[in-house]
Amino acid sequence: MSASFVLLGLLSSGPKHGYELKRAYDRSLPNAKPLAFGQVYSTIGRLERDGLVERAGQDRDGGPDRVTYELTELGRQTLDEWLGTVEPPAPYVSSVLLAKVVVALLTAEPERAGSYLADQRAAHTTRLRELTRSKHDPTANIGDVITADFTIAHLDADLRWLRTTLDRVAELHQETQP
Amino acid sequence: MTILQARGVVRSYGQTPALRGVSLDVHEGEILAVTGPSGCGKSTLLHCLAGIMRPQEGEIHYRGQRIDTGSESVRSKLRRTEFGVLFQFGQLVMELTAAENVALPLLLAGTGRREARTAALTWLDRVGVADVADNRPGQMSGGQQQRCALARALVTEPRVLFADEPTGALDTLTGEQVLGQLVRVTHEQRTTVVLVTHEPRVAGYADRELTMRDGVLDETEAGIAVPSGRHGR
Repeated sequence: MSASFVLLGLLSSGPKHGYELKRAYDRSLPNAKPLAFGQVYSTIGRLERDGLVERAGQDRDGGPDRVTYELTELGRQTLDEWLGTVEPPAPYVSSVLLAKVVVALLTAEPERAGSYLADQRAAHTTRLRELTRSKHDPTANIGDVITADFTIAHLDADLRWLRTTLDRVAELHQETQP
Repeated sequence: MTILQARGVVRSYGQTPALRGVSLDVHEGEILAVTGPSGCGKSTLLHCLAGIMRPQEGEIHYRGQRIDTGSESVRSKLRRTEFGVLFQFGQLVMELTAAENVALPLLLAGTGRREARTAALTWLDRVGVADVADNRPGQMSGGQQQRCALARALVTEPRVLFADEPTGALDTLTGEQVLGQLVRVTHEQRTTVVLVTHEPRVAGYADRELTMRDGVLDETEAGIAVPSGRHGR
């Protein structure tokens, strides 16, 4: 799912070959499952097939030939769309959120990354309010309440993390301002 | 309709600015949450809106009337009759029973002893702690104490309730029960609520949320609003 977008994000700073991409991926998302080499090449293959990346040349550098890849215009647009799309607030989106925020910070201006985060935060907050309301509905049974609790606990954790990240991005923004 | 309005409110503690030009409108009947990290100025904002503290610059209007320039006695009367406040903890008089604590604001306002006790018992019942009416705070659980404090904040039937981290000292489930009661009774009374919290799940009880950072409200998020009805059991 988000691995292909992370690779697109990593390519947004310039052409890279497979090994560089794997290393950059593992460095950017140190807590995620490391990306296997095979997965890097199969993902790049799919991205090339779909016209999102293209071969930029061969890098020999003493060793075996290595193909470097770069983003196409379509790839850049696709990445931009993904970053700008608010994820449906649900317990299982945390890893996608993390990937998106890391990529946003890699590719976008801090201000823009901040606005992605604010939109995501708004969607999470709205969902949290709906669930809170449903929990206090007189017709809610214990099963409804426990299910709502489960999602609320995850959204609450996501929101705390988003809040902290927004603060960090704001600080970053202040530091980069002259 | 706007019940409470702040314009360009500035407040510092010595050299440290707490509010750096805050403007907001509180709509009648809504629950407005002001969220943000510790030290962002949200409690200072609440104290200014409630007339407990005077801003150094800017204006605060309550129902069209400027209140920040009023004398202490004018603001004190406002706090007794129009506003209720609920803090995190430590607001009950330890030597008095629950019923006496709740009756206190009425007695201070000149209500007769018997009438004040009847109203106190009614309010303790409404927030679900009638059974501890004759207990002192030391004999009550944290949740019971906070419900008692809620009853005391509402016994004068204020138009606006100010709540500062009202469940901050309680566990999740107890906090939820207190918030559920708060939402329900303020809805029944059509009381406007200004709720200050750093917890997202507490802000989940609000109709609208404003976030603060470094003494200013975050304007990009000021539009986060759910105008639909209130909730609560």
